[in-house]
Amino acid sequence: MTNREITYLEAVREAMTQEMRQNQDVFILGEDIGIYGGAFGVTRGMIEEFGPERVRNTPISEAAIAGAAVGAALTGMRPILELQFSDFITIAMDQMVNQAAKTRYMFGGKGKVPMVLRTPSGSGTGAAAQHSQSLEAWMAHIPGLKVVQPSTAYDVKGLLKAAMDDDNPVIFYEHKLLYKTSGHVPEEQYSIPLGKADVKREGTDVTIVATAMMVHKALEAAAALEKEGISVEVVDPRTIVPLDEETIINSVKKTGRLIVVHEAVKRGGIGGEIASMIAESEAFDYLDAPIKRLGGLAVPIPYNPTLEKAAIPQIPDIIAAVKEVVKNK
Amino acid sequence: MTNLNVPASISNEKLKDLYKEMWLIRYFDEKVDQFFAKGLIHGTTHLCVGQEASAAGSIAVLESKDKIISTHRGHGHCISKEGDVNKMMAELFGRETGYCKGKGGSMHIADVEKGNLGANGIVGGGIPLAVGAALTSKMKNENYVVLCFFGDGASNEGSFHESVNLAAIWDLPVVFICENNQYGMSGPVKDMTRVENIADRASAYGIPGKIVDGCDMLEIMNTVDEAVEQARNGNGPTLIEMKTYRWKGHSKSDAKKYRTREEENEWRAKDGIKRFKTVLIEAGVLTEDEAQALQQQASQEIEDAVKFAEASPEPSIDTLEEDVFA
Repeated sequence: MTNREITYLEAVREAMTQEMRQNQDVFILGEDIGIYGGAFGVTRGMIEEFGPERVRNTPISEAAIAGAAVGAALTGMRPILELQFSDFITIAMDQMVNQAAKTRYMFGGKGKVPMVLRTPSGSGTGAAAQHSQSLEAWMAHIPGLKVVQPSTAYDVKGLLKAAMDDDNPVIFYEHKLLYKTSGHVPEEQYSIPLGKADVKREGTDVTIVATAMMVHKALEAAAALEKEGISVEVVDPRTIVPLDEETIINSVKKTGRLIVVHEAVKRGGIGGEIASMIAESEAFDYLDAPIKRLGGLAVPIPYNPTLEKAAIPQIPDIIAAVKEVVKNK
Repeated sequence: MTNLNVPASISNEKLKDLYKEMWLIRYFDEKVDQFFAKGLIHGTTHLCVGQEASAAGSIAVLESKDKIISTHRGHGHCISKEGDVNKMMAELFGRETGYCKGKGGSMHIADVEKGNLGANGIVGGGIPLAVGAALTSKMKNENYVVLCFFGDGASNEGSFHESVNLAAIWDLPVVFICENNQYGMSGPVKDMTRVENIADRASAYGIPGKIVDGCDMLEIMNTVDEAVEQARNGNGPTLIEMKTYRWKGHSKSDAKKYRTREEENEWRAKDGIKRFKTVLIEAGVLTEDEAQALQQQASQEIEDAVKFAEASPEPSIDTLEEDVFA
């Protein structure tokens, strides 16, 4: 039992299921989450256990269901809103950005909006431009929203528990290519605090800060580079708001080099924020090479699989970037 | 009890209170208007002078546990939902004692404890929130009803369509109240909406639609009361359209070129406060002297609110980053 492995998708479902069993205020709403089980099957079986009152199958009305989640949260419920694809957050944007994020501040500290917006993001499924984006930097830009990007089955369960326990609106990005990945996940509930990065691999020559799917690409790159005598540390921030600056700073102070990798478009991406944070921090004096950012090209995600892959950083790109920053080692 | 045709919950005392409340709303917004003109309040504001009846009459039939969602033109709704004019005026002055500690201003006044889930700066932005609040009532068996106010302009937002449909399919305890004041900023409703009445849209959602003279307190109270009862009994939402008019411009700088002075005068003649007074006096609920006294009290309370606001401190700069997160 201690070494039980389940998938990332199952871990999401288990986190919700365990919470809903013990807290009647938690419910889930979204499109096709009932009998169908959600666009990716995350809620499969949940309506059978919890019934249609607590697993609310909704019309295709992203603005209304997002707003209904905000209004329900403001009045004492703890809703989980599933959006089928994170691209559809555009349709719910007013409710998340102008309402959920600002309500407490605008009201002078009265009221709270404890809700989680769960949504699959990222490319790699051939779903093309409107179903493949990584828009987390948009949400990270808005004061009042927390932004989570779990990369492993273990993390996704613990981070979702923390998100459901949080009294603020949390945008919870599940990378769709990670749903089928497996890992060790304890059966009991556990919480991973929002704002605590995880060093996924220790190293001494260069720090790679990577998010979501890129954590795995960075780890593969690190394994390949080890054979060439280059020691890579991989830091997964896990949450980009709040951002665990301390862990990143300490890592850069140790290695003296920083590469940031994300799938989102590089321009305006969170990598720029992390690079700037390091440039403004005490870690700047420790840098032995310029900071490098790897991110998606400024193109809509294309359909053709070769083009789709080329639009975002791949393992060889990460390896090349590492070799460049360590060349003066 | 009164011999007027009003809901059973409305006593003679309540009718008198409502008369005073309407004056409170009018005096509050007229005072705000003056202060803006003099540059004593900054930012912007949207006044509901002329629309007092739809706020006072609709909210009059609620129980204390019921909730409202308001709009950018929300001072009247706040006052009617047991709002404190001192805290409201202090908020407009940007003071620490205001409803939002000076951080929200006119468009974000809320009184969560009293069931006012807030004005809203986004046209149509509050409609989905009302549906969510009504969902809580249903899921937690709290048996409260949500009155969702919005304007004719908001009825052309997608959030209106999505939200009314959602509330309808789930039979949620919400009453949608469209205050049709004839203009969405400068856009005349007749140019922006093909149907003659916004209430006609109710049939598209399979719910009742009612059209009400928005200056007639008795008609408003009776219609909203019936819809609230329907909602409370689990029979779902109603869409009520109040035909009304804002006497002032859209916001503080509005030359009102899009409408005529004749039209404005026609609507001023329909003044809901005057009409309510006549009804109450004819029914023997109120004497002319009592009416004068209530009006005077309302005026005095607004003067006191101004004094309270002026005497209140500015928020400390130390509070700037407070309350972003709970």
